Amino acid sequence: MPWTMMNNEETYRIGIDVGGTNTDAALLDSKLDTIHTVKVHTTRDVNEGIVESIRRLLAESGVNPARVQYAMLGTTHCTNAIVERKHLGKVGLIRIGAPATTSVPPLADWDDTLKAAVGPHAYVARGGYEYDGRTIVELDEAEIKDYLARMKGEVEAVAVCGVFSPVNASQEKRVAELAKEILGEGMPVTLSHEIGSIGILERENASLLNGALLNVIAGVVRGFEQALQSFGIDAGVYICQNDGTLMRSEYALRYPILTIACGPTNSIRGAAHLSGLNNALVVDIGGTTTDIGVLAQGFPRQSSAAVEIGGVRTNFRMPDILSIGIGGGTIVRAGGAGETVTVGPDSVGYELLKRGRIFGGDTLTATDVAVKLGRYEWDGARTEGLDASVCRQADEIITRDIEDAIDRMKTSAEDVDVILVGGGSILVPDKLQGVARIVRPDHYDAANAIGAALGEVSGETERIYSLDEMTYEEAMADAKNHAVEQAVLAGADRATVQIVLSEDIPLAYMPGNALLVKVKAAGRL
Amino acid sequence: MANNNTDQNKLTALDEQAVQYIAVGAAVLGTGGGGDPHIGKLMALEAIRKYGPVRLVRPEELEDDSLVVPLSMIGAPTVMNEKIPSIEQMTQPLDLIEKELGRKVSAVMPIEVGGGNSLVPVIAAAERGIPILDADAMGRAFPESQMVTFYLDGIDCSPITMADERGNGVLMHAIDGVWEERMARALTIQMGGSASICDYPVSGAQVKKSAVPHTLTLAYEIGKTLFESKEQKQNPIEALLKQLHGYALFNGKAVDIRRRTEGGFTRGEAVFEGTDAEKGRTMRLYFQNEFLLATEDGRSLAVTPDLISLLDQDTGMPITTENLKYGARVTAVGFPCDPRWRTPKGLETVGPKYFGYDIPYVPIEELAAGKGGNL
Repeated sequence: MPWTMMNNEETYRIGIDVGGTNTDAALLDSKLDTIHTVKVHTTRDVNEGIVESIRRLLAESGVNPARVQYAMLGTTHCTNAIVERKHLGKVGLIRIGAPATTSVPPLADWDDTLKAAVGPHAYVARGGYEYDGRTIVELDEAEIKDYLARMKGEVEAVAVCGVFSPVNASQEKRVAELAKEILGEGMPVTLSHEIGSIGILERENASLLNGALLNVIAGVVRGFEQALQSFGIDAGVYICQNDGTLMRSEYALRYPILTIACGPTNSIRGAAHLSGLNNALVVDIGGTTTDIGVLAQGFPRQSSAAVEIGGVRTNFRMPDILSIGIGGGTIVRAGGAGETVTVGPDSVGYELLKRGRIFGGDTLTATDVAVKLGRYEWDGARTEGLDASVCRQADEIITRDIEDAIDRMKTSAEDVDVILVGGGSILVPDKLQGVARIVRPDHYDAANAIGAALGEVSGETERIYSLDEMTYEEAMADAKNHAVEQAVLAGADRATVQIVLSEDIPLAYMPGNALLVKVKAAGRL
Repeated sequence: MANNNTDQNKLTALDEQAVQYIAVGAAVLGTGGGGDPHIGKLMALEAIRKYGPVRLVRPEELEDDSLVVPLSMIGAPTVMNEKIPSIEQMTQPLDLIEKELGRKVSAVMPIEVGGGNSLVPVIAAAERGIPILDADAMGRAFPESQMVTFYLDGIDCSPITMADERGNGVLMHAIDGVWEERMARALTIQMGGSASICDYPVSGAQVKKSAVPHTLTLAYEIGKTLFESKEQKQNPIEALLKQLHGYALFNGKAVDIRRRTEGGFTRGEAVFEGTDAEKGRTMRLYFQNEFLLATEDGRSLAVTPDLISLLDQDTGMPITTENLKYGARVTAVGFPCDPRWRTPKGLETVGPKYFGYDIPYVPIEELAAGKGGNL
């Protein structure tokens, strides 16, 4: 085949989302149309499921592996490592805070198992800034060097967290230089201002966890790259973040904490893409739960509350998700003479095809109800013998619970559009209270993998400005520039980068017209 | 962990468990404001791990001539969450008071039991080995320094002492609580937005006359009820109302929330629609950091200084003005304030007119009985 024709051949991207039960994979073309999707069980060795999903994706679609240009992975590896306290690395922490902050030492709210996993080297050194960037006290470099020397040979990463470092990062950067000097150029250093926002304990926790996850993410990236190579795929490799955007694998190697909880986010992004909507609620119904998220300007709405991971409070961005115990496998019970029908919260999970009544099993599930009521046709379904009255009552409960959950996630009283995704979305009738329009896109049961494959990368910034020293416009422009640079650093094509979120909050009780500005920019690969 | 509170179920010392309970109870008494007790809780837990439980002393156990000093944090909660106080900063204001008055402090106390300041004195008490007083000067949370029962009784707020984390300490004499508020606020800015402060040093006799008694125990009981109901999967709101002599004002969901920042305070209003048995009702809730006024169909349901709290319908956990979101399922509860707030001077200081609501104050007991409250 002449090489000119080769160049006109279609190029592809692969998206993979590793969840607790299933590993989903999707193949998209250069116009981001979905070519093929597969679903395999998530294996104990997560990489096996990833390899199997790629194998099937290529075999079933017949696409030439050499034409796959990008490969994206969203995974629960890091969440699992923290929750199970497995494979975590030892981290040395330097908090730049004294004389402030001494009343609450590092790791104060960590449980002993996690403390033991991350290690004993946590120090509070002199330093820190005020909210306006003024120095509280200078670094004492001899003190820092002493702490770093004590870590020698006993830590695999260093985390640095300074008071008000999101406003002024100079001291954190200086400590990073000293760490490289004393512990070697190869020592990974996590700086808290690159990880989280105002709120030192939460940011410090996130930085420590980030350092502890470096080995985990290195294994993930290596495994993914090897899997791709073994199929002859030579693609740019990207890892999904929890805010619905991607980061280059080199960047992911430094910021593994940003991959936590990317699954629900991928579903929301996938739903947005498949439906073409930018503002809607996304209702993702799986086998056991229904996850509801908010799609705002094409991105998931972030949670405003502190987020706990493995029992540790952090403050980095997480999607605002409401989960309720309703899914395709949810068990329906009709109790005694009173004929009271109850729904869930337990589920037959992945055993639905064996235990569900329409499949010849002995357990009445939400899926049986939906099929009995004609909401979905299943070849060979055994609907005879299912009590129509019980099914109607169960359906009322399911519909009411989902309507109620949708209402809780709305931001105003107006009716909203709802995008239904996930295998369990057949449960939902075509009309819901408080909902203007229900959209059921094609490929709805692989929205998460498709979301993973979508190629937007982002950067963000959060800073406090004093409007005594600059105008509002100057402050916003500075924050926007910084966010754009972060997005480019994360791999975005500068020409396509747009500001996707911008908010400013005047700080209560603060002098000098202090303004907290948060900006996020995103662009295509 | 040993239970230090077995003495006829009476709270006699603050251990780690008691601190956990008080943090939640303080958020209920914070009536939507008062700041997040999270940092204060961590500070207290750390001090108790280091020094052991802190003894709780009741107002009636104090000698009349003993010196009791309220200790709190002043400034922006956002700053305190980033620039956590130093250990020294939490005792330095006590040192300065002792030096000025030439005598030792017998006990510390929270100036307000609602919100973040409820547990701030624990660390100083633990460090010093002195007890913390089971009382405060609000019985709830309010935003300004003069909004304390000590002010109503004409108690001198001076000497006032403040400290930052660097070691800077300040001794001030203010002619009244309003001037204290002005000067302390200005100093706080220079100290980086958050500072420790002692004001209204009082005698045992003054505590007995003017403090709001047994409020740490009350916060503890509220927290205990909420935690135990959660464990037993029971609805805690009934038990809570009994404890607080309170009234369920409304069951419903938030359908509209408007917030704006004015003069350093979060002001606004929220509208709620009744759910289930209360379908068709509409409640309006007005707030300025704290919830201050609840109305329905042109009638008051509860008015400041009586307490109004929003509780999550399922868990009973308190919801703050900052975390209130559209769609939240809430039970609004109201309970009577300390009687001192109902005097003419009390109402002048913290009544509806002070906060800009041109309506009369009617005690919640009368409103609940259907008397008065027409706007």
